[in-house]
Amino acid sequence: MDALPEFEVVRPTTVEDVVAARAAHPGSRLVGGGTDLVVNIRRGIEAPPALIDMTGVDELKTIDADADAITVGASVTLAELAEHPDVRAHYPAIAAAAGEIAGPTHRVMGTVGGNICLDTRCIFYNQSDWWRGSNNHCLKTTGEMCHVAPKSKGVCFATFSGDLAPAFLLFDGEVELAGPSGRRSLPLTELYIGYSRQDGSTGDGKTYMSLEPDEFVLRVRARNAPGLVSGYDKMRIRRSIEYPVAGAGVALRRDGDTLADLRVAITGTNPRPVRLDGTEALCGGPLDDRVTDGLDELVRDQIMAMKTTFTPGHYRRRVAGVLARRLMQRLWDEAATS
Amino acid sequence: MAKRLLRLVLNGRPQDGVAADNMLLLDYLREVLALTGTKTGCDGGECGACTVLIDDKPVLSCLTLAVTCAGKRVDTVEALADDGRLSAIQRGFHEKLGAQCGACTPGFLMASEGLLRRNPDPSEDEIRDALGSNICRCTGYVKIIEAVRHAADLLKQQETAA
Ligand SMILES: Cc1cc2nc3c(=O)[nH]c(=O)nc-3n(C[C@H](O)[C@H](O)[C@H](O)COP(=O)(O)OP(=O)(O)OC[C@H]3O[C@@H](n4cnc5c(N)ncnc54)[C@H](O)[C@@H]3O)c2cc1C
Ligand code: SF4
Ligand code: FES
Ligand code: FES
Repeated sequence: MDALPEFEVVRPTTVEDVVAARAAHPGSRLVGGGTDLVVNIRRGIEAPPALIDMTGVDELKTIDADADAITVGASVTLAELAEHPDVRAHYPAIAAAAGEIAGPTHRVMGTVGGNICLDTRCIFYNQSDWWRGSNNHCLKTTGEMCHVAPKSKGVCFATFSGDLAPAFLLFDGEVELAGPSGRRSLPLTELYIGYSRQDGSTGDGKTYMSLEPDEFVLRVRARNAPGLVSGYDKMRIRRSIEYPVAGAGVALRRDGDTLADLRVAITGTNPRPVRLDGTEALCGGPLDDRVTDGLDELVRDQIMAMKTTFTPGHYRRRVAGVLARRLMQRLWDEAATS
Repeated sequence: MAKRLLRLVLNGRPQDGVAADNMLLLDYLREVLALTGTKTGCDGGECGACTVLIDDKPVLSCLTLAVTCAGKRVDTVEALADDGRLSAIQRGFHEKLGAQCGACTPGFLMASEGLLRRNPDPSEDEIRDALGSNICRCTGYVKIIEAVRHAADLLKQQETAA
């Protein structure tokens, strides 16, 4: 048995207790299902002095969903979200994304909070201590350089691979946060800051979220729009259990033969989940070559996948584009018959 | 190191013990309680060999902190046989050759047991879905799926007999 580093486990039952526990244990980390964090602790990537178990906080275990809006607590499990009848009825992209994360046993354990805050991934990072040590580690931990982009000048490109974020981004999702200075709401587009710009003006694969110290996620919320249909699809090397090569969520509204609204979000490529900018310009006409070519162009411009996984970056970008295009076509066709 | 008393309902019986905060359920079962039926197959979260049931739901004991199971029902592969008599799922694996080297088998048994407890009559697709977190490098899965289906039939027979 390889003993884990020493840490204390704190088991709060209310949000106030979580805030207090964070204040009382500097450097503590929250743990939901542990399917990301405990793996990293086992690999010596992290050694927090205290873990705050979120699974006993009952007020964060509720799902509220109707035709207008959805609110999901951070301690809801992926299995509960995937199976919820109102989520399936009104937010099929969210239910589908939740239902395809990892494998069924992971979904019983994994939580929404853990998935939204999922650590970014890289072949040089998600490795044992001795493996990383033999490479002199890398920027995301204690090393001095990035092995993916050796000339990156301090910037990390580790990939964001969570599946729920793109699904919520389709519906203008936001997170409700709590921290030492109270509560606030933040759009997901501002939570994820992994732009990895060379001038360091934003976050990157290492600093991928804009949470304040000791701030944490209470709930994720999103709004529906009348007539919007949605779906989620991803490709994995092994379909039953694996992180996405790339994942794509699409939501659209079809009015007769007119594409009236189009929203596309991608994961598994950039250091942040990306809601594509510029899809409004593709609306207003039928779904024809102009739209599919235009979508390809948006993917080409905004999706940047580096060699952070065993599959090459350019392939992941192509997969993202193909998934989005197929899904858009499928939703469009289905909307005609419904 | 923080340690605490840990009370579980383990394999149907109350079980009191002492666990360190940083102890995984897998290590608590194997190293402290000497229940070595639960297997370790990977360095965390990728194989399903360590699957046990908590409150009837399959979880990976290699990613679960033991102290977070306080007060819960934990069932391991040791819970299945009744006084040496194999349970339906064990008979299924035995009679349909669902095990070869056996390293993955306790995990598959518990993931399957979890499925049968919530759905005693699963279709082949439902069986495949429910076993998606488990990996076997010997059987090619076909015999495992047959084994679970056979176990479901055995359960039905037992019910009509009773
Ligand atoms: C084999 C395997 C395959 C996987 N495949 C996928 C996949 O396809 N798609 C995918 O998205 N994920 C995948 N995962 C990762 C993981 O299972 C899920 O993302 C899961 O939802 C993580 O949730 P958790 O509760 O287990 O997270 P934890 O491990 O408990 O936490 C993850 C991170 O979030 C932080 N955190 C937890 N709760 C909060 C909160 N309320 N506020 C702020 N921070 C918080 C933790 O501190 C930690 O940094 C896979 C994991 C494994 C082992
Ligand atoms: S992208 Fe570079 S710095 Fe970031 S985890 Fe990978 S190797 Fe490390
Ligand atoms: S030992 Fe491999 S998943 Fe737990
Ligand atoms: S029987 Fe050998 S790994 Fe499954």
